[in-house]
Amino acid sequence: MKILVTLKPVPNPDEKVKVREDGKGIVRENIKTVVNPFCEIAVEEGLRIREAHGGEVVVLTVGPRESDQQLRTALAMGADRGILVEAAGDLDSLAVAKVIAKVAAEEKPDLVLNGKQAVDDDNNQVGQILAALLSWPQATFVSKLEPDMGCRKAKATREVDGGLETIEVPLPAVITADLRLNEPRYASLPGIMKAKKKEVKLVPVASLGVDTKPKVRVLSLTPPRQRSGGRKVADVAELVSLLSNEAKIL
Amino acid sequence: MDFTLPEELLIFRDTLRKFVEKELEPISEQVEEEDHIPDRIVEKMKDLGLFGLAIPSEHGGYGMSVLGQCVAMEELSRTNACFRTRIGTNNGIGSMGIVIAGTEEQKRKYLPRLASGAMTGAFALTEPNAGSDASAIRTTAVRKGDKYILNGTKHFITNGDIAGLSTVMALTDRPKGTKGISAFLVEEGFPGFSVGKIERKMGFRGSHTCELLFDDCEVPAENLLGREGEGFRIAMQVLDKGRLMMGACALGAIERLIELSTTFAKTRVTFGEPIINRQAIQWMLVNMAIDAYAVRNAVYHAAWKLDRGERVTKEAAMVKVLATETACRAADSAVQIHGGMGYMKGMAVERFYRDLRLLRIYEGTSEILRMIVAREMSR
Ligand SMILES: Cc1cc2nc3c(=O)[nH]c(=O)nc-3n(C[C@H](O)[C@H](O)[C@H](O)COP(=O)(O)OP(=O)(O)OC[C@H]3O[C@@H](n4cnc5c(N)ncnc54)[C@H](O)[C@@H]3O)c2cc1C
Repeated sequence: MKILVTLKPVPNPDEKVKVREDGKGIVRENIKTVVNPFCEIAVEEGLRIREAHGGEVVVLTVGPRESDQQLRTALAMGADRGILVEAAGDLDSLAVAKVIAKVAAEEKPDLVLNGKQAVDDDNNQVGQILAALLSWPQATFVSKLEPDMGCRKAKATREVDGGLETIEVPLPAVITADLRLNEPRYASLPGIMKAKKKEVKLVPVASLGVDTKPKVRVLSLTPPRQRSGGRKVADVAELVSLLSNEAKIL
Repeated sequence: MDFTLPEELLIFRDTLRKFVEKELEPISEQVEEEDHIPDRIVEKMKDLGLFGLAIPSEHGGYGMSVLGQCVAMEELSRTNACFRTRIGTNNGIGSMGIVIAGTEEQKRKYLPRLASGAMTGAFALTEPNAGSDASAIRTTAVRKGDKYILNGTKHFITNGDIAGLSTVMALTDRPKGTKGISAFLVEEGFPGFSVGKIERKMGFRGSHTCELLFDDCEVPAENLLGREGEGFRIAMQVLDKGRLMMGACALGAIERLIELSTTFAKTRVTFGEPIINRQAIQWMLVNMAIDAYAVRNAVYHAAWKLDRGERVTKEAAMVKVLATETACRAADSAVQIHGGMGYMKGMAVERFYRDLRLLRIYEGTSEILRMIVAREMSR
């Protein structure tokens, strides 16, 4: 089984981000870049499938040259090789999906595994657009995945509002990973040492012949409103009165 | 000058940061209560490669640079000190003697097991009457045919109760002083070797410090490390790196103390305001940060020097004094900032306060290290 896993480098979600002065992006300086947690789950799933069924796990990132570190982290977890499509600046979901589609057409994987969304923009689009571009079936928000190579299909359990849905998709297919799919392993020291010898192919985005001109323009970013301090009330009656008259939520 | 860490180290640091936050920190109080690290955690430490950081790759380890080992120790020191102590002997004094002076046979026999964590190493020099003054040791080793017979008592030996292999210093030629000290590789189960008392101590719970008893203990002659009389010299060679590591451990602890204290100061309100708004508190935090900055640069610089193959006896001694004394000061400030809470069991700063105190005593007391620096300065 050949599995293509995509990785998005994102600003560390544990750090406080600031909106840039022009209001069109965030300040990147001094913010650590990490692998999008959902993509990490996708890598782990790819590794588990390979361990059970054999095959190859290829990791793919579309991003700046420095994303090499995130790819190496995935290689240290156990992925076999990496592809870094070098692109400066932010690409929108469509552009990224087009790039992945192009790579998938070349690599011909049985499965493409994406994170269900990236924790920076929370767009939740790439997997879906990719499936459409490739005309492949898709299973999104997957919390359990059982591929069956013999019958060239996969059973996927999806987390939907208020419950679980189990569907079957023929392969090749696009799968997007949800939080409960697995608990990713660490990049161990033995893994890191092995990763040093693994291949990361650098591909300039321009060489792919894909139109990456953005269709989406960010007009502005607004930070969440600062929380104002709490207020003490004397009794329940005052609380109820404030909630209905001042806060107007009752 | 380039201060960026190599990519592989950045990845490993991230791994350790996550491992500490997700797996070690949540059980650090449990370990404190039970005085024992759960086996499943030790297994995870093995999987991560932590027991073999320093052991060369041709012997089953990962041959990390000294800088890399410093980064690893720094990260692991952000939580209960027993965790990094669990792997400390295997990466330091419990294995490095073999790396430096071992025969091919000894290396093949022991290093892969130490690197994987299948075997824990210990180092036994200190005796009831010989700590700083190692030349005063009384444990003897007498050659008898193809064996040495060891007699004596070691005390305060870290990981002594769980060690599969202890490097033991014993006198083969008393009149020669330190030049009469030889090093022996003693396996658990050798006839006449046993573990005595396990000490109750101020801190470092989860890590055991033990007495080792040698009663006509039989050690095969091929387990002599180096030649007769080389034991002390071998130990001293290993110590420079050990002291640097101590500096890295202190650094990790200081960084954590700053975080804990800052978070606390932001949320603790007195007289209607968070205490972090008070200059008295700010200056304590600032002084901790200034100290951490100085310590970091000193530790990393000495590591860089050692990685270039330079002699760092003076630097390593200075780094250990600077880092460990600074860490104790930081722990004191951290407890002060926490007020009464800082004195309560279950608060990390209370634990750090006790644990860090050890760092000024073992692997060379501050006094002995200052003597070493003085000697180096007058060379
Ligand atoms: C928790 C713990 C773990 C340990 N683990 C190990 C281990 O794994 N292996 C091992 O071999 N040892 C270990 N030790 C022993 C440790 O290295 C010694 O305790 C340390 O070297 C000090 O020796 P001492 O206790 O005999 O103190 P002493 O040497 O008796 O010193 C007492 C005081 O006198 C000072 N002093 C001594 N000589 C001089 C001098 N010439 N000038 C000025 N001041 C002086 C010292 O600095 C100290 O303040 C451990 C100790 C502890 C507490």
